[in-house]
Amino acid sequence: MAHKLTRRRFLEVAGTIAGSFALAGCSPKNQDPNSIYVGVMGPYTGDVAQYGLAVRSGILLYLKEFNKNSGAGGRQIVSIVEDEKGDSTEAILVYNKLLDENVCAILGDVTSTPTIALAQKSVLDNIPCVTASATAEDVVAHGNNMFRATVTDPFQGVVLAEFAKKQGYQRVGTIFNSGGDYEIGVNNAFVQRARELGIEVVSQQGYPTGAVDFNAQLTSIIGLDPDAILAPNYYQDNGKIVTQARQLGCKKPFMGADGWAGIIGGEQDYASAADLEGCFYCSAFVASNPDEKVQHFVKAYTEEYGEAPTNFCSLGYDAAMILCSALKTVEKRGYTYNSNEYRQAIIDAIASGVVEGVTGTLSYQGTGDPVKSTLIITFKDGKESIYDTINPS
Amino acid sequence: MTKMYPRDNNHNPVIVTGFGGKDGHRRELTMPARYAINAILVALFVFGGNFLVGEGLISRYQTVVFEQIGVYVLMTVSLNIVTGYLGQLPLGHAGFMSIGGYACAIFIIRMMPLFGLDAQSMASGSTPAVILFVVGLLFGGICAALMGVVIGIPALRLRGDYLAIITLGFAEIIRVVLVNIDSALGFKLTGGASGLTGIPAYTGYLNTAIVASLAIFAIHTLMKSRHGRAILAIRDNEIAAEASGVNTTYYKTLAFVFSAFLAGIAGGLYAGCIGVMAPAKFGFMKSVEILVMVVLGGMGSMFGSVVSATVLTVLPEALRAFADYRMVAYAIVLILVMIFRPEGLFGSYDFSLSRIIKRVMNRDFPWNNDDSDEQTDVQVNAKAGVQANEQADTQVEATTDSKEA
Repeated sequence: MAHKLTRRRFLEVAGTIAGSFALAGCSPKNQDPNSIYVGVMGPYTGDVAQYGLAVRSGILLYLKEFNKNSGAGGRQIVSIVEDEKGDSTEAILVYNKLLDENVCAILGDVTSTPTIALAQKSVLDNIPCVTASATAEDVVAHGNNMFRATVTDPFQGVVLAEFAKKQGYQRVGTIFNSGGDYEIGVNNAFVQRARELGIEVVSQQGYPTGAVDFNAQLTSIIGLDPDAILAPNYYQDNGKIVTQARQLGCKKPFMGADGWAGIIGGEQDYASAADLEGCFYCSAFVASNPDEKVQHFVKAYTEEYGEAPTNFCSLGYDAAMILCSALKTVEKRGYTYNSNEYRQAIIDAIASGVVEGVTGTLSYQGTGDPVKSTLIITFKDGKESIYDTINPS
Repeated sequence: MTKMYPRDNNHNPVIVTGFGGKDGHRRELTMPARYAINAILVALFVFGGNFLVGEGLISRYQTVVFEQIGVYVLMTVSLNIVTGYLGQLPLGHAGFMSIGGYACAIFIIRMMPLFGLDAQSMASGSTPAVILFVVGLLFGGICAALMGVVIGIPALRLRGDYLAIITLGFAEIIRVVLVNIDSALGFKLTGGASGLTGIPAYTGYLNTAIVASLAIFAIHTLMKSRHGRAILAIRDNEIAAEASGVNTTYYKTLAFVFSAFLAGIAGGLYAGCIGVMAPAKFGFMKSVEILVMVVLGGMGSMFGSVVSATVLTVLPEALRAFADYRMVAYAIVLILVMIFRPEGLFGSYDFSLSRIIKRVMNRDFPWNNDDSDEQTDVQVNAKAGVQANEQADTQVEATTDSKEA
């Protein structure tokens, strides 16, 4: 038995672990009167960590700048960052842990399912939450305390339809991944809105996830001679679609949603500059935007992290901005920190406020979905540039 | 010094769970007294804990951790029936958990309007809410048990790694069906890949603790009964058991279905705790996670299952402060235990409170004897033939132990 762990020894080890857990759980609440505690949660390890890390970088950059600027009424924002691994179980644990740490608001979550779990729990406590990037419709349907900085997939479809009308397109074909929530969401909203606006949708061609040859779908669309083609997919697919369409002799413009970001100038070019010439996509953020706020953000981000910001970083930055400007307003009113009125006041301030973010001017009109301008980006000589800005109607 | 065992008239050793007093007369606890002591301790744990939660002495975060512990204790003790007691190796336990969770959640969501309840009042503890909770949980458990019958009858004709692979396949089928059933049915049932949302928060400390205690008690009584001894006999030697008249097919299916039923109930509690069900969470890794808990605690030890489910649920949370290293630490703990305790933390040992009380009553402390008779107990316990009786005796108290978690 000498080499074996005895039962008594095991109990000692277990006792130590249990004891350390009890100690960790009993840590006193954060109650520094000069600080405002804000929870930051997202997946920083696991399958979807890339999104969580990008959003976190944006959030922490804004909080740093905000605190340097004397914070909210002299109080500093203290962020409590917790990893939830993209898992809804962990998200619920993290949510309760953050509440125990006396946070008055939460910046999170990042992906849709954990955010819905968070939304369902947080509405019971009326904790204000701002998610940077959860796009599922359901996220803001559970209560008035949940806001998001990003627009939803269907919203982009509507914007694209209105842009198509503005461009004078009469006949439009669509080609989309029929196995993806995102692609279907944008496509269906586009088709519905386009028909309302009197645009003829000549053909809707779906393709299965992972397809690499789009000649069959493209041939049938091109044969109907549309004025433009909607390809609301991710950039890897769009690159192949555009290239193959040009080989088939189609010179018509392609349109897409923010999944196009990164088609060129990223880790690799998915289509040639000549093929992309004159295509359009809508996005809230592009690093080449000459706007002063955007250029300040790109410069500050590059200095802080040594790489260029992505769409997710800018959404994180804006989510933090939405919350901080509300905190600034609420601090002037003199409520007790983290009382019910305090939390409700934050929610009201977010709902009624207007924020000049790097992804456009944001406001909320009675729901948790933002009303904000969208950029239409076009390609010219292999460079992305802003073609138009669609303002909320 | 060799130990003096009490002997009967033919000088055969009589196995007792401790050594007799000085006069050779051993004081005993009666069965009702044992049950009463345990029932009181369980009630103390359940209601005392609930009082502490109500008073805010156990924080909300710790309460959710307790609920998670309850769910995983249920999952682990139920898998232990098949892995530890029946001696088979299924890898599809997460499938039963997802069936139970979805069935319970969908049932409760659909039935709420009939009971005049909304999402908020489900957590209130009013009579209709409690009735709906109990019925929903049983519905989830029964759905999982039916699936257990469907899977168990063909699967249990195989054993060893063949059984592992077939159960793994069935669990994957369940997951894929949950993703695609909506488009096949033409209306919204499971919510597909994006998951089922809007599940009311009906899980709390009190009902999790009560359900876990009842489940552990049910397993204890099953294993103490004739049926339990038949299950243990199949593990020890299936051919011998069959030759002795044990209906092996029946008892294997019984153990499998009972295990699936409890996993379904655990799934129902899980759904209420998190509020969102996504099929992706119930993949192969979830089944392995539960199996790791059983093996770590010791196959065939309910006490071990309870302890390891608790430790492995608490460990990642306790290590949260170390952020990036916490999953490494978790893996290292598993490796160390498997190197130094390959039979699991507790082997097939089961904790018994009444055995300890009896020892105290007889002043039979380890330091009174030159050799710890604890070990003797374990060794006797491990002998196949005596195990059924012995285990039944020692398990009385496992119920209490789970509560110490």
